[in-house]
Amino acid sequence: MMDVALLSRVQFALTAAFHYVFPPLTIGLGLMLVVMEWRWLRTGDADYRAMTRFWTRIFGLVFAVGVGSGIVLEFQFGTNWAAYSRYVGDVFGSALAAEGIFAFFLESGFLAIVLFGWDRVRPGVHFLATCMVCLGAHFSAVWIIVANSWQQTPAGFHLVERGGGVRAEITSFWELVLNPSSVDRLIHVVLGAYLASAFLVISVSAYYLVKGRHQRLAVKSMKIGLVLALFASLAQWVSGHSSARVVVEHQPAKLAAMEGLYRTGPRSPLHLFGWVDERGERVWGLAVPGALSLLAHGRLDAPVTGLDQFAPEDRPPIQVTFQAFHLMVFVGAMLVALSALGCWLWWRKLWDPTGRPWVRAALWVLVLAVVLPQMANQLGWIVAEVGRQPWIVYGLLRTRDGLSAAVGPGAVAFSLALFAAIYLLLFALFLMLLDRKIREGPVLEAGPEVSAERAGRRGPGGE
Amino acid sequence: MDLNAVWFVLIGILFTGYAVLDGFDLGVGALHLLARRDKDRRVLLNAIGPVWDGNEVWLVTGGGALFAAFPEAYATVFSGFYIAFFLFLAALVFRAVSIEFRSKLPWRWWRATWDVGFCLGSLIGGLLLGVALGNIVWGIPLNAEGVYTGRFIDLLHPYALLAGVTSVALFMMHGAIYLHLKTEGALQEQIRSWIRPCIIFFVLTYSLLSLATLLYVPRATSALRGQPWLFAVVVLTVLAIANIPREIFGDRPGRAFLSSCATIVLLMALFGLNMYPVLVPSEPNVAHSLDIYRAASSQQTLGIMLIIAGIGMPLVLAYTASIYWIFRGKVRLTETSY
Repeated sequence: MMDVALLSRVQFALTAAFHYVFPPLTIGLGLMLVVMEWRWLRTGDADYRAMTRFWTRIFGLVFAVGVGSGIVLEFQFGTNWAAYSRYVGDVFGSALAAEGIFAFFLESGFLAIVLFGWDRVRPGVHFLATCMVCLGAHFSAVWIIVANSWQQTPAGFHLVERGGGVRAEITSFWELVLNPSSVDRLIHVVLGAYLASAFLVISVSAYYLVKGRHQRLAVKSMKIGLVLALFASLAQWVSGHSSARVVVEHQPAKLAAMEGLYRTGPRSPLHLFGWVDERGERVWGLAVPGALSLLAHGRLDAPVTGLDQFAPEDRPPIQVTFQAFHLMVFVGAMLVALSALGCWLWWRKLWDPTGRPWVRAALWVLVLAVVLPQMANQLGWIVAEVGRQPWIVYGLLRTRDGLSAAVGPGAVAFSLALFAAIYLLLFALFLMLLDRKIREGPVLEAGPEVSAERAGRRGPGGE
Repeated sequence: MDLNAVWFVLIGILFTGYAVLDGFDLGVGALHLLARRDKDRRVLLNAIGPVWDGNEVWLVTGGGALFAAFPEAYATVFSGFYIAFFLFLAALVFRAVSIEFRSKLPWRWWRATWDVGFCLGSLIGGLLLGVALGNIVWGIPLNAEGVYTGRFIDLLHPYALLAGVTSVALFMMHGAIYLHLKTEGALQEQIRSWIRPCIIFFVLTYSLLSLATLLYVPRATSALRGQPWLFAVVVLTVLAIANIPREIFGDRPGRAFLSSCATIVLLMALFGLNMYPVLVPSEPNVAHSLDIYRAASSQQTLGIMLIIAGIGMPLVLAYTASIYWIFRGKVRLTETSY
């Protein structure tokens, strides 16, 4: 029989992980829609209009599933983590409320114009709405990362005795917002979001190229996707390193778990891959001696805090954190390689796979690559959240002490089963409709871009 | 007026905004199956198409604001109403999915399935909102720590269920009036014929609920007894309801809709005035009730939140208004429609 703590954690993990497939796509697609529509307004090229309208529809689908799955998260702190909510509401709640007021209204409001307002507003106003949707998506990331970062590296608060219990109360709003990890983690998350959406655009474009459909349009979208993918996949290394330095300083137990470092000391090794022997307290794998000390502190002889500095009940699950971290880094490296592959195709103008099986193979690789940044995002969150355990607020409140007293295991099992079923259905429908939209492609849009497609079909680059 | 009272009002405004806005689209969902032809059902869907998810944001933001301003109430209510609340969320999600996916495929069974999903999701959503409100009026058993000590089934007592049916009736009336505003021709004629039974249904359930409240929940009307001028709100509510048929049959659908909105605002105001300063009344042990002082965040947080709301809410109101302005007029089905 599973206990309430485990069931509630599984439920939070399931709902958050499922939800997190979608917001990264709206963050990055928002940015790319701004670029696409801007290009259309500047050049008058009907391809960009067709492209904008096509990706707007995908955005609409992604957003709808994102809202549907995200509404649970806003309330789950109260339903399952009531003690946590009472403890942190004074601090954490303001960031969450700010997200609602500043981000959700902006995004959902202007999305109505973006989706349904094509023939109701002037192009300039439509473009403004697209910019606002993009801004809303980014604001949303800002506030939710501020809230989550406060759980990782709490700041700007003090503990107050109140009504028989203790709770955290805000002392400085800006210290809460700019807590030690929020800026680094925000950049890391936004770059990850760019990667997820850039690779979606790349994947769909590559698919059209393989199938010999909408070629002109596919090449133009592919270029937008590749520029973003190359930039984000490279920048992610800088950001990841910077983020890890914050972990070194503020969450040493998490860092030790990420690397399976049991013994504190100088010349700490960095593992390329490995398997943690939790009983024997060591890691089997390939390691670069001293590299962790070098990366963490900039000196080979600098000691890195190991798990031996923490009592067993203060250590996060080590194997999961270690593997998720290493897999994420590995996928990150693959994303750089894949972005480079795409740019090389661009450089050599290898867009037409006819009679060139290796170009076809390369394009197929790019089609399938869409799952990789999603994997990296999920793995990154596993590192962040599993690595934070056993704390729900690092160093202050244990996860186990954050539960709802009013909720028993039966109720959580019920809600977990209910939402597992709903999410399964939602995900199946999402994939099915996404697939249909992609198969239909931009060609099915009525209006001026249809004639543009017909014009394209007559030209050398057409179907 | 101290910060706690200000936040009581602000959260009231957020939840009232939610009731007025999501109220009509839940109502449209509840009425959805009454339209028989596929094209008519698409018109109904697209009448709320550009705005329904924005309307739900009022609930999400209301929840966030409650968390920040009154964390004790947020924790107590959502953990206490656990199963009911997850059923409500499931209904909302299912409804959203139905709206989004219904018209994506032409198959008859596909559309029929999602039509039922949309209608049921809206009905259950509206019902559970009313049940929750009914329980807040009635009071729920809390212990000294403010933790709900009842069971799920205890929430489904007759008074709460009556409140649930009343809220469905209110939303159906509100939704029908909204649709009357957004449609034309034969469909509008058909919708006009729904409005009268909807009004009668609502007036009946609301009268019953008022009677039950007067008889069985004296605490919930204490403000009215203490300050008789509050009866003005009651009178205004009755006038707003009475004005609806006048505007409908005078062929002024816009003013009819505004009357319906005013009805909801006044009902929420009445609810808030009678609750104040209590957020979650405890029954039977009244001493354990959560009020705006016991449940509140620190003064500093309430102050910071007020700045956030002061910057954010005017912006929200400005662009919500402009979006409703852009999508004013009758529904036109285009290739971007649902």
